[in-house]
Amino acid sequence: MTTEIVVFAVLFLLVSGMGFVASRWRRPDNLDTLHEWGLGGRSFGSWVTWFLVGGDLYTAYTFVAVPALLFGAGAMGFFALPYTIVTYPIAMLVLIRLWSVSHVHGLVTPADFVRARFGSPTLALLIAITGIVATMPYIALQLVGIEAVLKTMGVTGDLPLIIAFAILAAYTYQSGLRAPALIAFVKDALIYLVILVAIIYIPAKLGGWGSIFDTVQAKFDATPAPGDGILLNANNQLQYVTLALGSALALFLYPHSVTGILASRSRDVIKRNMSALPAYSLVLGLIALLGYMAIAAGIKPIGTDVNTVVPQLFEKLFPDWFAGVAFAAVGIGALVPAAIMSIAAANLFTRNIYREYLKPDATDAQEASVSKIASLVVKVGAVLFILLIDPQFSIDLQLIGGVIILQTLPSVALGLFTRWFHRGGLIAGWIAGMGSGLLMLYNIANPATKHDHFGGSAFPLAKLGLDTKMTIYAGFLALIVNLIVAVLGTLIARAMGSADGPDATSPHDYVAERGDPSVHDLEVTSST
Amino acid sequence: MTTPRTDRSHWNWLLLLPIAIPLIPALYNAVEPRLFGIPLFYWLQLAFIIIGVATTTLVYRMTRRNG
Repeated sequence: MTTEIVVFAVLFLLVSGMGFVASRWRRPDNLDTLHEWGLGGRSFGSWVTWFLVGGDLYTAYTFVAVPALLFGAGAMGFFALPYTIVTYPIAMLVLIRLWSVSHVHGLVTPADFVRARFGSPTLALLIAITGIVATMPYIALQLVGIEAVLKTMGVTGDLPLIIAFAILAAYTYQSGLRAPALIAFVKDALIYLVILVAIIYIPAKLGGWGSIFDTVQAKFDATPAPGDGILLNANNQLQYVTLALGSALALFLYPHSVTGILASRSRDVIKRNMSALPAYSLVLGLIALLGYMAIAAGIKPIGTDVNTVVPQLFEKLFPDWFAGVAFAAVGIGALVPAAIMSIAAANLFTRNIYREYLKPDATDAQEASVSKIASLVVKVGAVLFILLIDPQFSIDLQLIGGVIILQTLPSVALGLFTRWFHRGGLIAGWIAGMGSGLLMLYNIANPATKHDHFGGSAFPLAKLGLDTKMTIYAGFLALIVNLIVAVLGTLIARAMGSADGPDATSPHDYVAERGDPSVHDLEVTSST
Repeated sequence: MTTPRTDRSHWNWLLLLPIAIPLIPALYNAVEPRLFGIPLFYWLQLAFIIIGVATTTLVYRMTRRNG
């Protein structure tokens, strides 16, 4: 037990030290602009981007929550794998255009793009608020990941959690995006090590894969719940597919993913990354199966907290010192995304609320200092979330986050390809998508957790009057509502002759490449 | 440069494969055949990663601009 905590603490502190040193990495002349503090000088090459975006998308919460899903529901939880396969080919086509237009126009956030493209501060504000609201619970959930590990090690009380986040806040403030970029190397090395050992060592101890799956099958056969099992059934296949596709579309709409992408050096770096990032999908798929290993090993969650099954599996089957390494991997895995997310949320606030509405003539240095402070506020908020409110509430909010971030798709992702939509139509679509999405989530009950509302994302089609037991991902249905209203709204606005906003971008901005005269290269600082 | 740049390419159609295939449960929703004791549902979806990597790598190479 003590060996575990010592190994965990040493690795954790070592990595925190790196976070502080990161401000000297690639030595910028000063960190006092958003391009430097918030986007790492926009100079990251293929390797750094791979680690940064990977560290961003595969979070501590993923490591504990995805296996927990398989532990509880079986095959349905495996949606995370097709989701991460589907997302990259889509992102490949979309994000290179966002990179180009952002570099030509000096854009930092997705809402910046919407502002430039549709000439509507209102629409940009809606996109910014959606981004911040969707990101906040996500940061809070990283704490849930650390908490699960601490609980398993027998560390109780709120103080360790507060200390961990205070350290995180301090080095993010100091080093900006360079901190998580540097730490991501260590995080990934640890995660790969732990997973590699886990998938060889644990099945060997549990009598092989065949016996693991047989035990799991027997467990699901014995439960009264109709939805679980090692395969999908007729009623949850549509949910599986729409959840995978909806999550894939949502992934790159999250502000923190955009931050990682905009920090890269060129279109080439992004494209190459989209073919290299699926290496993480492999790890994710294997991590997911840890949930089944936990069933076969007879793990019981601590209390009702099903997120503790993976840490407990490690503790039960690994030697003490290696369990410490595994816990450190999860803990550090929480710090990287939490830092990037808080930076992304802070950038949204600074660019799309502070500069747009509070201080239009803000200098670069003022923007950077507002962002630094906002990133602190965001993190304090996340800690309060976890300490004061039932963690289950954060999980519910995260679920809602996925549904609402998807509602920015017409403005952000489609906006990169077409200027056909009218700003009024997009605003109407956003309102309709948000409204219907939240209404659906509100009406989803979960008898297992005794929730009458917000009990999951599987919306029963029977509630729409259809005679079926099939369910569908609420976010996907809400997106369809959003798109229909946006199209109708655009047609109506055009028919009424309503004024459309000016488009500050031109078609060739979307294919601009590094080295073009129009692309502002910010590399002067790292040319040494 | 005489022709305007574009992101359009016939190669991009290849990307439909890794988008569509993982979203067809009929292909993988079965236990047999197992691989190393792992049911088809799990190992085949893991194998789809290869399709994803292969197509995105190919499209990246073929649509790469010179210089």
